[in-house]
Amino acid sequence: MAYRSSVDIHTEWDIVAARQLGRNEAKKVGFGTVDQARITTAISELARNIYLYAGAGKIEIERLNEGGLFGIAIIASDEGPGIPDVRKVMEDGYSTSGGLGAGMPGVKRLMDDFRVDTERGKGTKITAIKWLR
Amino acid sequence: MPQQTENEYKEILRQYLEDQSEQNLYMGEAFSRKLIERDISPEEVISIHKSALKDVLPGLPSKVWHSFDFLIEMMIRYGLALKEHQSLVKRQEEMQLEMEVAAKVQETLLKTKIPAVEGMDVGYVTVPSRIMSGDYIYFVGNDKDEAGVAVADVMGKGIPAALCMSMVKFGMDSVRHSAEGPSGVLSVINRIVEKSVNDSMFVTMMYGLYDAKNSTFSYASAGHEPALHYRASENRFVELDAKGLLLGVSQDARYEEGAIVLERGDFVAIMTDGVTEARTPEGFVEKETILEIISSVKDRPAQEMAEHVFAELDRMQGFRLQDDFSLVILKKE
Ligand SMILES: Nc1ncnc2c1ncn2[C@@H]1O[C@H](COP(=O)(O)OP(=O)(O)OP(=O)(O)O)[C@@H](O)[C@H]1O
Ligand SMILES: [Mg+2]
Repeated sequence: MAYRSSVDIHTEWDIVAARQLGRNEAKKVGFGTVDQARITTAISELARNIYLYAGAGKIEIERLNEGGLFGIAIIASDEGPGIPDVRKVMEDGYSTSGGLGAGMPGVKRLMDDFRVDTERGKGTKITAIKWLR
Repeated sequence: MPQQTENEYKEILRQYLEDQSEQNLYMGEAFSRKLIERDISPEEVISIHKSALKDVLPGLPSKVWHSFDFLIEMMIRYGLALKEHQSLVKRQEEMQLEMEVAAKVQETLLKTKIPAVEGMDVGYVTVPSRIMSGDYIYFVGNDKDEAGVAVADVMGKGIPAALCMSMVKFGMDSVRHSAEGPSGVLSVINRIVEKSVNDSMFVTMMYGLYDAKNSTFSYASAGHEPALHYRASENRFVELDAKGLLLGVSQDARYEEGAIVLERGDFVAIMTDGVTEARTPEGFVEKETILEIISSVKDRPAQEMAEHVFAELDRMQGFRLQDDFSLVILKKE
């Protein structure tokens, strides 16, 4: 059983809306303040990448319940240029703000599961999940 | 996070709020070490503080509690930066280990055996300034009356220099030394280096061939540091140099060849610029000084001579080599 809602990303202000949605859903699932902050930071990173590199896209938030295990999924998708070298992008120190711990490796750290599907010229879909412990 | 950590923190905080003593702060400092050991992130520390305070000082205005949530938000990226830092440190340690293994591989690869030649005493020292060397010494010989020696210096240091060195070694192994002679050997190696190494890599090399049948030492140089010939009869040094471009610059570089006859007590010293450009805090070591150091041990066996020169120059540089150091001594007995 899953409940999904979404925010379209066109402008920088939509990032705030995506964070807000993520925080509300995270609260509903039962995440504490620290995890709420982690989830919204991950949303910020992914939404900002959409805004910067794909121009437009959307952030979907899904509440998860897998056999009594509760969690939240962030699905960031766009139809932008795709990420040419995912392996590089996932290396620490590669992001333009290298050394600040941000970027995609940061998202991976903030969440429990992380998955990238991307195709050149077609777009990118990133799914990041956090489970409630 | 574990309840125990929270309880411990609460106790230390409670005591501090009671009497604000340095003792309490010291306990706090010790506890922060534990937190790091337990891998507790900065944002979690704020959260622990908030919930401890709820017990110790209940009834604070709600804005104070909100301010902690704000602070948690502030700390998320610090936590990430810390995690990234830890992972980069780990990666660096792995690379360090890899480097050490690579250096061992290089050591084996560059292993060379001093040839036994009648009436010729040979000694050498080669020491990298970093973990991997860009200097290379190669001996060949028929263990009877012929011995060849090459001393090469790759410009640059570390891994790129070491990789380039393997090319030179490969070339040396495949060339027919005594048939080609010094300038022929350099021509062959030059073509190999030119073909297989990128434009920004240069190698200098001095190649010498000693023929015991007529006591001749013939040599050629690819832009290398001149060698030194010590003439015992005149008690002075003569520089041995021969025209020739660095290896790897041009396919059809030509190499001039020179030859000398070695008399009893004469020796030839071939070196890299790690010897001639030794630097102390006061500046370069004077050429005169280097000659004096070599002269002072001219009556000792070749290996002892090379080791003494290294020990002296190493000491003068405060035991921190600025550049890879290589020195070969060929001494006529
Ligand atoms: N949705 C996307 N579409 C296309 N390319 C992307 C997308 N997301 C990321 N990228 C590419 O991956 C690279 C790395 O992204 P990442 O978020 O890790 O770092 P950054 O955006 O360069 O810097 P930071 O996020 O630290 O400010 C980006 O520079 C961009 O080239
Ligand atoms: Mg980014």
